[in-house]
Parts: sequence; structure tokens; C-alpha cells
Amino acid sequence: MFQVVMFNLTNGLIVGAFYVLMALGLSMIINLSNVVNFAHGNFLALGGYFAFMLTPYVGFWGALLISPLLTAVFGYAIEQLLIKHVYARNHIYSLLLTFGLGFILQDVCRFFWGPSPLPLGIPDSLSTPITADLFFITWYRVFMVAVVIVAVSGLFAFLKYTRVGMRIRAGTLDLDTVSALGVNVAALRSYNFAVGSYLAGLAGVLAAGQIGLNPNMGDDLIMPSFIAIIVGGVGSLTGTLLGGLLIGVAAALTTVFYPAASEAVIYVIMAVVLLLRPRGLLGEEGMLS
Amino acid sequence: MNALIRHKYATTAIIWALLLTVPYWLPMFGGYTALAGRVLVFAMAAMSFNLLLGFTGIMSFGHAAYFGLGAYGCGLFLKYVTASTPLAMLAGTLLGGIAGTLFGLLLVRRRGVYFAMVTIAFGQVCFYIAYKWDDFTGGYDGLRGFARAALDFGAFKIDIANNSTAFYFFILAVFGLAAILQAFLLKSPFGRTMLAIRENERRARFLGLPIEKHIWLSFSISCFFTALAGSLYALLNNFADPLGLNYIMSGNIVMITVMGGMRAFWGPLIGAVLFVALQDYVSSMTTNWMFFVGLTFVCVVLFFPRGLMGMFQKGART
Amino acid sequence: MVALIESVVSGRRSLLKGAALVGGLQVASPFIIKARGETPVKLGMVDPITGSLSALAVTEVEGAKWTVEQINKSGGILGRPVELLIEDSANDTGTGVQKTHKLIERDNVDAIIGDVNSGIAYAMMGVTKEKGILHIVPGGHTDPITGTDCAWNTFRTCNTTAMDTSAITGELVKRFGKKWFFITPDYAYGKTLQANFVKKLTALGGEFQGDMLPIATSDFSATLIKAKAYKPNVLLNNMGGSAQINCMKQFLQFGMGKEMALGGALFELESVRSVPKEAQAGWWCMEWYWNTPDVPAVKTFVDAISPVIGRKPTARHWMAYVSIHAVRLAAEKAKSLKGIDMARALADLPLPPEVSLMSGNIRYRAGDHQLMSNIQIGEMHPPAKDPDDLFTVAATVTGDEAAGSVESTGCKMVFPS
Repeated sequence: MFQVVMFNLTNGLIVGAFYVLMALGLSMIINLSNVVNFAHGNFLALGGYFAFMLTPYVGFWGALLISPLLTAVFGYAIEQLLIKHVYARNHIYSLLLTFGLGFILQDVCRFFWGPSPLPLGIPDSLSTPITADLFFITWYRVFMVAVVIVAVSGLFAFLKYTRVGMRIRAGTLDLDTVSALGVNVAALRSYNFAVGSYLAGLAGVLAAGQIGLNPNMGDDLIMPSFIAIIVGGVGSLTGTLLGGLLIGVAAALTTVFYPAASEAVIYVIMAVVLLLRPRGLLGEEGMLS
Repeated sequence: MNALIRHKYATTAIIWALLLTVPYWLPMFGGYTALAGRVLVFAMAAMSFNLLLGFTGIMSFGHAAYFGLGAYGCGLFLKYVTASTPLAMLAGTLLGGIAGTLFGLLLVRRRGVYFAMVTIAFGQVCFYIAYKWDDFTGGYDGLRGFARAALDFGAFKIDIANNSTAFYFFILAVFGLAAILQAFLLKSPFGRTMLAIRENERRARFLGLPIEKHIWLSFSISCFFTALAGSLYALLNNFADPLGLNYIMSGNIVMITVMGGMRAFWGPLIGAVLFVALQDYVSSMTTNWMFFVGLTFVCVVLFFPRGLMGMFQKGART
Repeated sequence: MVALIESVVSGRRSLLKGAALVGGLQVASPFIIKARGETPVKLGMVDPITGSLSALAVTEVEGAKWTVEQINKSGGILGRPVELLIEDSANDTGTGVQKTHKLIERDNVDAIIGDVNSGIAYAMMGVTKEKGILHIVPGGHTDPITGTDCAWNTFRTCNTTAMDTSAITGELVKRFGKKWFFITPDYAYGKTLQANFVKKLTALGGEFQGDMLPIATSDFSATLIKAKAYKPNVLLNNMGGSAQINCMKQFLQFGMGKEMALGGALFELESVRSVPKEAQAGWWCMEWYWNTPDVPAVKTFVDAISPVIGRKPTARHWMAYVSIHAVRLAAEKAKSLKGIDMARALADLPLPPEVSLMSGNIRYRAGDHQLMSNIQIGEMHPPAKDPDDLFTVAATVTGDEAAGSVESTGCKMVFPS
């Protein structure tokens, strides 16, 4: 029994790491721009589809490097074309805009790549389990966790040590003052959106390697991201990190005892957090309220 | 009567004239009575939602939860308790309304994006319960095995079960009643307070108005009406399913409201006409209808944020 | 101020230009449904062309369109040309019901075909029964459609879970053993499927364990860990769609293919084509397979349709084909397009091999309106020569054998007087 629990705990951390990647991108966009990007799941899908297109030319590794960059560029373009027009208005408009954008992107994916699921080839070296005992941990999962760790560390380093990063952090706390200090807030928002999209694209490539591609793949992943953010606390990236890991582990552990409820448990956690600590685990009182 | 009031009465009169004669003119435009029923149900849901959005200024993005709960409440009542349409509608309205009232208690201190996110999450919880508890609710396949029952008033019967036209007028009657109640609400002192909260919450607070209580009340009332719309939806389809609860339905309700004009009383009705007609027409023309619907959303947000009715209104900025 | 307006306007213009371009592409695309014209016999088809089931719906619709073209070439139905009106239910019940109303009330169709999604098929049955329209469900698998919820106007082409489980259980037990592990999606279809498997397995003295998982599960490690510990002879993958594919991939990645056999009820060709070679494995039921040498009508059909669709037809193409021809035959026997006449005519009407594409007494059984089609059991494998040569038939079970008695389905067929 202990062994089974340990197996599942490890598995939960792996799944949780993936949720973290998804949720961080979404969180960054919410924190700075107050925009809930409903199309985030579709950016993820796009990242996967870009990788699918690139793999025949540059292989999996090349696709892994280039595809998130393409997604970031795409996100930047969307932000410039569409989203920046609605910052000054009532928040309902940004929600509706990204909602509609999600529809458009999903249909575009269906149109170009078809409704049937497509496989993304991953290198054979990654498809094997790491040891005979730990048969359920394939090298691909280890690789995923490694990528997430690198990406998250990179993100936090970016936010802490680079100028743009510092400005973004300052902006999430008080955008008006940042603007008054002479920073180009519009550009800042665009970069921030691009970074968020980069993370979505990266998550997309990783997901595609694991579960294959289809136009709806983002839909199932967007809810756990929302919940990770709510549980961790809106406004706090560390909170999102914890939130993602928490729900990943909770879902995995529930599968040991009562598999049918493994999806339900993340909603239960969210409900409990909302009742007992509405600002989330690491959220700040007054943040976005 | 000055011009403005005459204008308002004229609009109302025209709208009612059109609604009452739908079965006669709709088929000429390639419509069918069930389509009109669907428009009215969505219009009602959107108008109820608009009490919150357009008239109190609060952004809930999970309103489909109450819509769906209304549908399930009505369906479950018809299936497991008794085949009485009015009682089933009451059951549905109560289920959705009470859920909303309780949930509202949790929410009143939040605003803006956080409020929206939490309402989305609650909507998804309801969606999830509906689809998981499949012994009771029929789960993923939806709740079936019930049908709207004819209305028996003793002396005469209105067969809404088999007669589509009769059912349309029934929906219209309920819609009319809801609209009248909502209009009274908006004209009352409570309604004025709602507007005050929308315009400037801080100032309203300084005037001594209990803001949180008013928001909670507004939220609850909105949920009750939305649940009523939901029970009509169950009667329209003789079916209730989890997709009536999820965030896509919520998004559609918001879009209908915005598209028609969220500052106008009849805005959501116009929005419902546009949206249902668009969806119906485009999805028959091409399988890429999602693209066009999404494009419409984006265009409305960018170019027509005040909606169709908003184009006729002067003054107020969003 | 002026600059602001100018920038918004120019932004607007470029956006509108862009939208018009992409919009133009969309409208010109091959996804447009046939234009409505003035044609006498109209068939309405409702399927989830968009949404998570679209891969299956698209092939069904493809099959239907081709079938109607062929029927029109050989004289139509009752000497009148046929028009197929296709509506997208978008995998949403409200939309499916609305479209059914539209097809019946506005377009005056003579029969309704659909939906892949069983829940939507049910809701549609409510409307078609109320309006007395013949309704054929080509590919919605849940049992009650021709079981406890059967209706006089509804006929179903694809198999029930009872049929599939009956057909394959014996074969799997014979080849591999009686200790099984189930991975099943936790909703009505999955539960019925597993219940039927369990019934047949325990009748043969078998034992089992299993997990019920959410429909859209993408990570099966926890369950597969359990399965490995149980050491069954066969692992039953009852999941559908992407979940089924992911379960197979992970099963093989974990090296479990060496320790136990893999099987299940349905693994549709649309899904098989999209998995990597190693995952094209296991023992499954095929409701119909393009490579059936002992039925010459199959080759004729395959040779005719393959060039049009660009690859070999799947069971979904067959389902649409049979369903539409069934309407034609029913109309011709009843010499009428009224729902009740066609329904009475279709019950127990033997379908000739050119229609059923199978050998034997293939018909929609009168007691429950379920098609008694043959079920082929066999092994899935990576393509040999032809890229669609993915399945090798080991045994065939007739529908009558597999389906059991009408009483066992729970159907009480009542025709209006």
C-alpha cells in the first residue's frame, strides 16, 4: 500500500508540474493586465500544432525550442491587434474578447489540421521507463518535469533579475505608479502577454508529446489552471505554483482510493479554499477585489 | 408626454406586437416556432443576467449554473415527483435561485476579475456535479424521461405538450410576467440603488447604502429569474443536460446581453434574436460556424461594445 | 484625439480586411453543406460535426453524402430524387433538439438520421416520436435506445454493448484466460459496457478487477499500476476517443504489453489511424471492416467509395450507408413516406447483401428495432501493405447470437394504433 501511495504521489507531482506550467502563463496575464485569457487553452493547442508542423524539419528538440517562441510571437500579435483595445474598459469586455478568440482559434486549428487526433512523435529514447520497478515513470515524464523546473526557474529569475521582469512585478502591484515613473506600460503588457503565451506554447508541446493533438485539447486543461490560480491565490505566482502542485497531487492520491472522484477532488479543494480562505493560499487581501 | 417617454412606450409596444404575432410572420423568414421559443428562453436568461451586469455593474461569468440548475430542478421534479408543469417550474426556480442566494453570500466582497473567476469556478462545480451524479441526473447523457405536461385548469386544458404554438404562447406569457416584474424592480427605490452602485460604488457607500447587502440581493434576484428561464429551457427540450451549465453557456449569455446592449432594458432580447438567428443560420451553412460566432464576439467587443440598442442611446460611456 | 481616432480606424480597417480574407476562405471551403433546392424526398441528418466527437461524425456524414449521390444516380427513392440536409449538433443537446425541430418543421424532412452522441440521439428521439418521423440512429451505442427506451419510430444500426461484449468475451477467454482488468469511463455507456462484460465473464467462471475513470482522463498511470499488480490475463480498455488512445499508448510505454493481452469492445479505425504503430494492437470487435473477402458486395462498395474519400471506408461510413438505404427500402416497401408506414415496413425487413454489406439474415429486428449485424472479432496491428490494413479477422459472430432475446433488452415495442 505504501508503495502504491508513493508511486501515486510521484505521479501527482509530475502531473502537477504540468498544471503549474499552464497556470503560470495564465496567471501572469491576469496579474498584470487583469485579463482572463479564455483562449489560453487554445494557445496551448497552437503550441502543440506548431510543433507538429516543425518536427519533420527540425526534429522534436528543435520543435521544442522553436514552437513556444512562435506561440509567443503569435500571442504578442494578438495582444497588439485585439486585446490592447479593451484594457481601459470594463473587464467584461476582455473576458468576452478572449472567449470569442478561443472559438476562432479552435476552429482555425480544426480547419487547418482536421478534427481527428494527431500524434506528435517523441524521440524513442524518451519513451522508455526509467527502471523496471518504476515502470510508470517514462523518461518523457522526467523530461517534462525537468523542462517545467527549468522554465519556472527561468521565469522567476527573469522576474527577479531583469529590468523588464522587475517592471512586470511592480506593475502587478501598482500599474499607475509604474506608468508615472516613465515606463512604457503598453509595451510592458505586450511583453507580459508574450511571456504568458510562451509558457502556454511550451505546455502545448509537452502535452502533445504525451496525449497527442486535437483541436479541443485546451478545453480540458483550462479549468485545472483556473483552479490552481484560485487555490494558490490570484496575484501570486508562487501561489499558482503551489496551487498547481497541490491539485496534481490531490487528484493522483484520490485515484488510489476512489478513482472516479479524481476529477471532483480539485473542485472540492477549490470550494474549501474559497470558504475558508477566500483570497487563496498565498493571495494578498485586496488583490483584484 | 414628452418625446423620450413616447419613444420608450413605442419601443415596448412594437416589441410586444412582434412577439405576439410570431407564429404568423416567422416562417416567412425561414424560421420555425421552436426557434422563437429558444430566443425567448435565452432572452429571459440574458435579461435576468442583465439585472446584475447592466443595472448593478457586477460581472458574473458563471450564470449558466443557475440556468442549468433551473433546468435540472424542473426536469427532476417532472420525472421523479409529479407531472405538473407549474410546480416543476417552481421547483426549478427555487433550486437555482436558492443556490445563487447561498453562493452570493460568499461572493459579495469580491469584485472585478476575481469575482468573475470565482463565478466561473462555481459554474463548473455545478456542471461537474450534474455530470458525475449520473444515477440521479443522467450524467453525461443528460436527464431524460420527462416531458412537459399539459396545463389543466379544470375547466379547460392548454396542451403545451403537443401543440408547439400553444407552448410558444406559454413561454411568451412567462417571459412577459418576468419582464413586467423586472421593470417594476428597476423603477423601484431598490432599482435606483442598483443603478447608483453601478455608477459609483464608493459614492453610494458614502451615502450610507449597505452595498454588500444590495449586491447580494441583486445577485439573488437575478439568479431566481435565470433559474426560471432554465426551467423553461428544460420544458422546451424535454431534456436537461450538463452542457446547459458550463462556462460556454455562461459566455453565450454574457455575449447576448452585450450584443443587444447592456444598458437597455430590451437589449438582451435583441441580443438573443441576433445570437440565436446567427447561430442557427450560420451553422446550417458551414461547419466552420464557430469561427463566425467567435468573430462576431470579437467584433462586437471591439466595434459595438454598447450593443445594438446602445447605438440608439445617447450619453453614457461604458 | 484625431490621432487616436485615426489609429483606431486604420486598425479597424486592417482587422476587417484580415477578417474578410479568412472569412472568404472559410465560406469557399469544402465544409459547406449542400444548398437547399426544390427536391421531393428529404432526409435530415444531425451529427456532432464540431466538438469532441467530430472525427466520427465527419466520416458518418461523408458516408451519407456519398450514399445519397449513389441513390440519386440509380433513380432515387420511389422514383424521386433525394436531398440530404445536414445539421451540426455541435455535441450539444439543446442544439441537436433545435436542429431536429428545424429539419422537421421548416424543412419538412421525411426521415431523420443521427446522432453519434447517444445523449443527443435520445433527446432527438423525443422530438421525432412526437412528430411521427422515422428516425434511424446510425452510430449511437448506448443500449436503451433499442432497449428500455425503445420507440416505434426509432431504429438503430450500430451494435449494443450487449452484442459486442457477447461476441468478444468468449474469444478473449479462449485465447488468453479468465482473469481480467477493466478500465472504464464513468458514464452510462461505460457502465453498461462493463456490466455486460462482467455478466458474460462471470458466466464463464472468470474474475476481475477494474477502475472507473472520468471520461476525459489523460493520465492512466495510477490505474495501470494497479492493473500491473493484479496480473490479469487481459486488460480491457473501454475508454473512448482520446482517452482510449492515451490509455493504449501508456499501457505500451510501460511495457505491460509483454505481460498481458489487451482488448475491449470498440476501437474505431478513425482512432487507430491516429496512434503510433506500437499502439495499433489488441483484440477488438469491428462492427464492419472493409476487408471482408467472403462478401463480394463489400469489395464493390469499397472500390466505389475509396477513390472518392481518399482512403478505405470505416464502420462509420457503413453505418450511414446502411441507414440511408434502409430508409429507401422501407419507403419502397411501404410505398409511402409516412413515418408509421415506413417503420412498420422496416421492422424485420431483410436487407440484401448490396445494402447490408454482410452475409446472412441482416435486418432490424421487429422486437427492438436493432440491426442484427455480424460482428467481427480480430486483432489490430500496424499496417501490412495497405495503410488501412490494420485489422485481421479471427472470428465472426452473428447479431442474433450476440444480441440475446428481445426480452433481455427490456424493450417493449408499442406502435400507435
